[in-house]
Amino acid sequence: MPAVSMTVNGKAVKGDVEERTLLVQFLREDLRLTGTHVGCDTSQCGACVVHIDGIAVKSCTTLALQCEGANITTIEGLADPNGPLHPMQEAFREHHGLQCGYCTPGMIMAALDIVRRKGHDLDEKTIREQLDGNICRCTGYHNIVKAIAAGAKAMGRGGPARQAAE
Amino acid sequence: MSATGIGAAVRRKEDIRFITGKGQYTDDVVRPSATRAVFVRSPHAHAKIKSIDTSAAAKMPGVIAVLTGADLAGDKIGNLICGWMIHSKDGSPMKMAPHPALASGKVNYVGDAVAVVIAETQAQGRDAADKVAVEYEVLPAVSDPAKTKSGPQIHDVAPKNTIYEWSLGDQKAVDAAFAQAKHVTKLDLINNRLVPNAIEPRAALAEYDAGNDSLTLWNTSQNPHVARLVISAFVGIAPEHKLRVIAPDVGGGFGSKIFIYPEEVVCLWAARKVRRPVKWTADRGESFLTDAHGRDHVTHAELALDGDGKILALRAKTIANLGAYMSTFSSSVPTYLYATLMSGQYNIPQIYCEVDAVYTNTAPVDAYRGAGRPEATFVVERLVEVAAREMGLDPADIRKRNFIKSFPHQTPVIMAYDAGDYNASLKKAMELADVKGFNKRKRESARRGKLRGLGYSTYIEACGIAPSQAVGSLGAGVGLWESAEVRVNPTGTVEVLTGCHAHGQGHETTFAQLVSERLGIPFENVSVVHGDTDKVQFGMGTYGSRSGAVGMSAIVKALDKIEAKAKKVAAYMLEAAEGDIEFKDGKFTVAGTDKSAAWGEVALNAYIAHKFSGQELEPGLKETSFYDPTNFTFPAGCHICEVEVDAETGKADIVNWTAVDDFGTVINPMIVEGQVHGGIAQGIGQALLEGAVYDKNGQLVTGSLMDYAMPHAHDLPSFKIGLTETKSPSNPLGIKGCGEAGAIAAPAAVINAITDAIGTEQVVMPATANTVWMAMQQAQPAQRVAAE
Repeated sequence: MPAVSMTVNGKAVKGDVEERTLLVQFLREDLRLTGTHVGCDTSQCGACVVHIDGIAVKSCTTLALQCEGANITTIEGLADPNGPLHPMQEAFREHHGLQCGYCTPGMIMAALDIVRRKGHDLDEKTIREQLDGNICRCTGYHNIVKAIAAGAKAMGRGGPARQAAE
Repeated sequence: MSATGIGAAVRRKEDIRFITGKGQYTDDVVRPSATRAVFVRSPHAHAKIKSIDTSAAAKMPGVIAVLTGADLAGDKIGNLICGWMIHSKDGSPMKMAPHPALASGKVNYVGDAVAVVIAETQAQGRDAADKVAVEYEVLPAVSDPAKTKSGPQIHDVAPKNTIYEWSLGDQKAVDAAFAQAKHVTKLDLINNRLVPNAIEPRAALAEYDAGNDSLTLWNTSQNPHVARLVISAFVGIAPEHKLRVIAPDVGGGFGSKIFIYPEEVVCLWAARKVRRPVKWTADRGESFLTDAHGRDHVTHAELALDGDGKILALRAKTIANLGAYMSTFSSSVPTYLYATLMSGQYNIPQIYCEVDAVYTNTAPVDAYRGAGRPEATFVVERLVEVAAREMGLDPADIRKRNFIKSFPHQTPVIMAYDAGDYNASLKKAMELADVKGFNKRKRESARRGKLRGLGYSTYIEACGIAPSQAVGSLGAGVGLWESAEVRVNPTGTVEVLTGCHAHGQGHETTFAQLVSERLGIPFENVSVVHGDTDKVQFGMGTYGSRSGAVGMSAIVKALDKIEAKAKKVAAYMLEAAEGDIEFKDGKFTVAGTDKSAAWGEVALNAYIAHKFSGQELEPGLKETSFYDPTNFTFPAGCHICEVEVDAETGKADIVNWTAVDDFGTVINPMIVEGQVHGGIAQGIGQALLEGAVYDKNGQLVTGSLMDYAMPHAHDLPSFKIGLTETKSPSNPLGIKGCGEAGAIAAPAAVINAITDAIGTEQVVMPATANTVWMAMQQAQPAQRVAAE
């Protein structure tokens, strides 16, 4: 089996994978980073969103071998385990932007990408349109939208959590 | 109100693990040397299995076993069952067909499992599954519930594919009332078939312990104890005391994870056969094909009114599609969870409802968020709205004219409503929605080429499921009480074990709020344990908005016992009579003195027992209770939907949503609002977007998230939420339940709004742009004539 090496949440990792192994399988099964979820098989639900070199990507539609040498961030790597939460994580909690929690890691990773592309001052319409690639069945999105707006603002103000994550 | 007590919007305990990726869902559980199960499923809706050749698959790399229905039957593994007996009008019992976990002889829907491959990896399992050669003789199929009587017979036990022909109410009295009516409103309604689509797919991981001859199942269940009971007592995999079921974090359920499914049975059976753990996780395609779907009713309904718009009677005839097999609670959904709510919020003297449940070559249909009550609400609220329009009455006025105003109120369809104030929720909703300003907004929309409409839904539901004697008399095979155990540790911290199961509802937070307030201890010192049959003795799980009303009532009862015993301990400590001990804010005081003991001291003394050693009082501080409710609860409210329909394309956008609900006592308003949001989204999804479509050959056309339109963020508005409160007199906390309200209320509100906007009633769900545009075109000639 071919070898692959990449950096995941700041740590150099390598593994031998079948060619068809998806990034999400490598993360979940080889690295046991089970915060990244799989909710569909057609790239619709977004539960599997991670960052590859800073950009949100659906890890269910990415081969592990495509990530040779890449820098991957998953939900587990967003904040120092011993430090404060990332402002976007905190915003989801504060605004009750999650219920069952299954779509949440993907939502948070996608939200950060919205901030990267659209900035810190996000209106409701922008957030709703930009969330097209993520499905939540529990919340009706009402509180996710509020959380993302608040999280984006908090990131704009900066903070220790943000610096830790970046 | 304390910052963490009843009524406080406490942030959730469970969130930390979910927002940091530390949740533990079934597929996250790792067991040593686990194998993967991959199912071979029927591509045909209806076919005889002529032969299954597993030899090529068995030789594939990594394959440990390939098992078929014949192997399952050979091991005498029993069938899955439906646990609610319904009798037809003629007194005959429902026709429950055998449902083996792997099909034997015949397949009855696309996705019916015929074999399973157990392999080292999922990829190897998939490769091998492709090599299982199944020879089918394809039979004609029927997927339309209205065409089953003349369709091919699916099960020998059910002639004309009829499961039961059931009725509720006094037909003669209803017919007499209709004969007296000044106005009759008639509607043909389809309650569209839905796929629940919890974002976590179903999963099962089974492990066999040869040393103890016992099995453990991790699964995505809303009720692990019921799963254990059914798998033990009916399927016969293992005796109850040799089977542990753990439902860890579960990623949404909405009903679909109540039921006992073939895959968990097969994983358990296979794990014992191959002596290694067996894991299966559905891909989304399997979820679409095999999760129990929801709704799927075809109904004709009529409402009789007098000249003043006062309702005299209601009658309805429904065909309910239960799919290819009877799922766990499927029979109860279109009967006792449906026809019993046909009175809505109204004083309707006579109601008669007939329901024919039928088999089709489609996935099984069972409870989905609301379960029967959304279907009933859709019938009642569409009838009332259309009656108002036909009679030239204001839709709010006709509702007020017919509201039940005194309680208790016995409806003609079993339910005895205990408390409510329907005028109050309607009034508050109309204010929040600014109904007065609607006409101005409508004119403004018209200037932009948009048709604006307003729709009401004043819904009611029966929750707090359920009084055991009542449901037992109606055919339920189980009691629907709930259990709780409160364990006080020597240090005063508390563990609450509940038979409910949280899969998004936030019980770890709300249940802790109750205990914190009641015992006067910090919220952080309470943890809630659920979802493991080895920890919690028994429980009925979470569905039917029951966890607050029934589950928390059980905790209240256990806390009563804890307080009583703690007072005894405190009496020994404080050398006072037990009757003189008062307990308040976490402190035990001898009445009229300054002698007191703190909660933690009493907890410690309960365990060290130095003060009462050798006395009648036992050491320890742990109490259990089983709470059986005395009645259902009746959450109710008013949702108002405002839409704008594009006159050119028919696309309907929801521009305002107002929900005012009466849930009785609210423990955590933040969580309650979240439940309402989610329910509304699912109801809007049903009304505007979602619909499971089978073609005439029984192929699921909407079998992926690319074909089945789930609500996305941009499909929905933000919601205006309000509450009114009349406490339920039927449980100690006055809770009614909030989990299903939105899904129950929303579809009627949306369709009432769209039909108001476009001026024709013939709009079926989902009201896509195409559907609405077609309705507008068909209505146009008549409107032109009317205009001329």
